[in-house]
Amino acid sequence: MELLFNGIKEGIRLILQGDPEILEVTLLTIRISGLATLLSVLVGIPLGAVLAVKSFFGKRFLISLFNTGMGMPPTVAGLWVSVFLWRYGPFGSLGIMYTPAAMLIAQFIIACPLVVAFSVASIQNIKPQIHEQIKALGATRLQYFLLLVREAKLSLMAAVIAGFGAVISEVGASMMVGGNIKGYSRVLTTATVMEVSKGNFEVAIALGTLLLMLTYLVTLLLTWVQQKEASR
Amino acid sequence: MFEKKGLFLMIVTLVVALLFTGCNNAEEPAAAPSEAPVEVSVEGSEDIILATTTSTRDSGLLDVLVPLFEEETGYMVKTIAVGTGAALEMGENGEADVLMTHAPASEQVLVDGGVAIDYTLLMHNDFVFLGPVDDPAGLSDIAVASEGLAAIEETESLFMSRGDNSGTNKKELSLWSEAGVTPEGAWYQETGSGMGDTLNIAAEKGAYTMTDRATYLNLMDNLTALSILLEKDPALNNIYHVMAINPEQFDKVNYEGAQAWIAFLVREDVQDLIGEYGVDRFGQPLFFPDAN
Repeated sequence: MELLFNGIKEGIRLILQGDPEILEVTLLTIRISGLATLLSVLVGIPLGAVLAVKSFFGKRFLISLFNTGMGMPPTVAGLWVSVFLWRYGPFGSLGIMYTPAAMLIAQFIIACPLVVAFSVASIQNIKPQIHEQIKALGATRLQYFLLLVREAKLSLMAAVIAGFGAVISEVGASMMVGGNIKGYSRVLTTATVMEVSKGNFEVAIALGTLLLMLTYLVTLLLTWVQQKEASR
Repeated sequence: MFEKKGLFLMIVTLVVALLFTGCNNAEEPAAAPSEAPVEVSVEGSEDIILATTTSTRDSGLLDVLVPLFEEETGYMVKTIAVGTGAALEMGENGEADVLMTHAPASEQVLVDGGVAIDYTLLMHNDFVFLGPVDDPAGLSDIAVASEGLAAIEETESLFMSRGDNSGTNKKELSLWSEAGVTPEGAWYQETGSGMGDTLNIAAEKGAYTMTDRATYLNLMDNLTALSILLEKDPALNNIYHVMAINPEQFDKVNYEGAQAWIAFLVREDVQDLIGEYGVDRFGQPLFFPDAN
């Protein structure tokens, strides 16, 4: 218990003092996970909308795949990405194994199914009459899509929060494809695992505290936007 | 209307196609935007991928050596700290440029196969047996490692093995076979984790375990339930080698970088640095240089 207390204290101290190494790790964490979330949203919401409104052969099967993807273990995603990105793998010539770019790809693969699946559910949740209304008003496809997104924005925000929560907390994939290289591909989660293995529990708890605070701040921001919309 | 529908279908197909390349392989679409902000080095030859055992990183030794080397040569060392088994596997697939491991018998296989070249003796320390203070197997009265293991088996005292194909795990298994014992039963448990985690588990459970001395000294403060019961048997030597991956077998390896790293490590002043590392914190060195 004392360890936990000291760790949290240490975490607060690290933030207040602005330790440059910790700052670098934190910034990289935000950058990679933020970008991965953004990409998943850009791809996932349009795709989810299409899956939700169009009917075609294999639709349910496809949706079931994305729903399964919500439970994609980060280590499995990391392993797949590794196999593709290794020097002698199919995309080896890109030379991006053990780089932040590789971590971004892995995190995108983790977040994307979440965003798609949440988007499908939230857009399908819109009352059928609204679909009819929008169509009756003669909306173009793009307008139709934008109106649907607007209608479902509260639940879509939940999709964004879920996607971000998944990637900022994952460690398996980042460790595998990023390599936890000091000053280069080390993020808060991989640093925490390493400090535990070094026996520096206090530092590990401090990093964990920092990560939690960061997640809280971002989620708070997103929730604030969401709830502001809700109260309109 | 038909035209619109055709266009829409095309867009949908494109988006789906993008997603499938995006969600399954995701190389080009996802990689491109990251390159600007996060400085991905394009020239592979500036990077050296060093696959190594966790003990060299967890002990903090690499945190001293790598920055010094990078500053001197301008290379960037990508340290991938995994178990020795995984590190050797990376070497065997040409996925690393240089290896720093501690399992001579397994390393020899790579050297014989021509995969590893410039095989160089680097440093050593030793393994020790830890156990609960009450020592139910009586290890503290035994001086020979294999006899100690036989005593653990005889008394069926709880033993924690790494079970992860690491250098330490390989060493432990070879000692069991030397003792003529097949370790199995409820008393023999595999953690499947790194050394630090395994030590923590052994301490919590009051079990015997084998560790390299460097990791133990680093974690000693958290491990009050365990003490060193058997040490200094010559069979417990822990020998580290460094080796480059053969560019004739793998055209993508950075052989020049590997050579530079090896040359750096065996240099006299760097060897001295290795020999001094840890003295200020533990009153004794963690590694003993062997290159000269």
